[in-house]
Amino acid sequence: MSSARSAHILHLGVLGLLFAAFFLLPAYHQGNLARILVLAVYAMGYNLLFGYTGLLSLGHAVFFAAGMYGLGLAMHLGGATPAPAFLAGMIAALLVAGVIGSLALRTVGVAFMIVTLMFAQAGYLTILYFGTYTRGDEGFVIPQTARALWGFDLTDPTNRYFAALILFAVVLLFIGWLVNTSFGRSLIAIRENEERARMLGYDVQRAKWIAVTLSGLLSGMSGAAYALLFGYAGATFASVQYSILPLLWVLLGGAGTTIGPLVGTIFMFYLIDFASEVTSAYMLVAGVAFVLLTLFAPTGIAGELRRRALPWLP
Amino acid sequence: MAAVMLLEAAGLSKSFGGLDAVCAVDFKLPQGQIRALIGPNGAGKSTFVGMLCGRIPASKGEISFEGQRITGWPAHRRIRLGMAYTFQITSVFGALSLFENVALAARRAHGGKAAKVDGITKEVLERVGLADRLQQQARDLSYGHQRLLEIAMGLAQTPRLFILDEPTQGLAENEVESFKTLIRTLGQDTTVLLIEHNMDVVMETADYITVLDQGRTLAEGPPEAIRQNDAVQAAYLGTG
Repeated sequence: MSSARSAHILHLGVLGLLFAAFFLLPAYHQGNLARILVLAVYAMGYNLLFGYTGLLSLGHAVFFAAGMYGLGLAMHLGGATPAPAFLAGMIAALLVAGVIGSLALRTVGVAFMIVTLMFAQAGYLTILYFGTYTRGDEGFVIPQTARALWGFDLTDPTNRYFAALILFAVVLLFIGWLVNTSFGRSLIAIRENEERARMLGYDVQRAKWIAVTLSGLLSGMSGAAYALLFGYAGATFASVQYSILPLLWVLLGGAGTTIGPLVGTIFMFYLIDFASEVTSAYMLVAGVAFVLLTLFAPTGIAGELRRRALPWLP
Repeated sequence: MAAVMLLEAAGLSKSFGGLDAVCAVDFKLPQGQIRALIGPNGAGKSTFVGMLCGRIPASKGEISFEGQRITGWPAHRRIRLGMAYTFQITSVFGALSLFENVALAARRAHGGKAAKVDGITKEVLERVGLADRLQQQARDLSYGHQRLLEIAMGLAQTPRLFILDEPTQGLAENEVESFKTLIRTLGQDTTVLLIEHNMDVVMETADYITVLDQGRTLAEGPPEAIRQNDAVQAAYLGTG
């Protein structure tokens, strides 16, 4: 069996499990998992740039927030219905990522990290500055009555779970397909040896820009979905913490693997969930787990799995 | 003889700060030739070739490829015209399989059709003698085999000009022997520009030699003439 086929079966299997999980899990975990699935889309978007292209951004919150506010403001101020508002979120993220990408990619390495961080801070401050419309740190609630998509009430836990699952499934299958295309493989080539890729005739700069833009778009879709499904948009989601989180999820789960982002997001979400029941210093527990994983499984959970048992893992 | 010029450079210069690494070099490479570029250390060979393939921007001068002016083009566009380049210090995708290394080259040059890429990849790996290691990671290869892999990556692009920057550097004696054969067979269906220190390799493979010294063209001619050229002997062979 070819590795592309194994990968496809794996992805469908994961989706099947997530489908079944809804009927097996108690309501509390259903709610958690819906949140995790939306955030895993963010992690997958981040992974496309970090894990596959080898570009470390410290400013992805600006893309997440662009999607969130694109949708949120369209509904809050523009009175749009969810479908066009979601489209507005996607367009906002696409534009922000396209522009930031073309500027930030003039730098490389550490400078790229710093520049993306700065852009994200600028985005965060912009949201605070226009507090009249964005309600700043306090944020705004998207009322329950507005959150109905094609007749489905998205505040209903069942509808919400399956909306999150559908978005997750689309993005997972898209990534699974993308990394096997010529373009996806050229991204991996750039990650492995940029100069060699250039001297094979690949337009490295253009490929990186597409990767940033696509990664930003996926992050923005996650942000828009988060606002829509959980009914809230606030400046916290644009803060530096939300730029670091996807990096941690991806590192824990396995950078450059298709299922790593989901694995990492679940792992970290529940780690914090359990730890915060035990102690108020739950971030310390997360920190220790992170250090241990970095020491003993530097390629993340899925990365370690690929190294030890499943070399075909995409 | 009115040979078709594949590559032409006129007045090509590069200065780093105050230092003239390459100074007003005129260079004409006809189609189908195996050309060696030689010269003592620091003669400007790598800088010169770097300017030809776009890795180093030229300070002055013009370059054309098949009559098309390519001065100022970025490297990847020149490669797309039909140049292939192997690095002086071997550069492959270490974490990827041999197959994927070559497939990346084939895919870019011949489009994304899996069957075609597959065929070309296996064929060129066969040609350099690495066909039995398709799934091995490139970083696990010996240095000599990595050099061969890089040649295969060049071949997979079916280049019109194959630039080899010191391909035999760091190879064992027996490996150099088989490299000579390989370079000669390359010369049957493409133009080769070979930068080389090993005089045996140069004399046995090149049709024509250009000697650079201190950034200028010192001499040009067939191997025999170069061997007997006094200025070359003085500057390069150290008998002056």
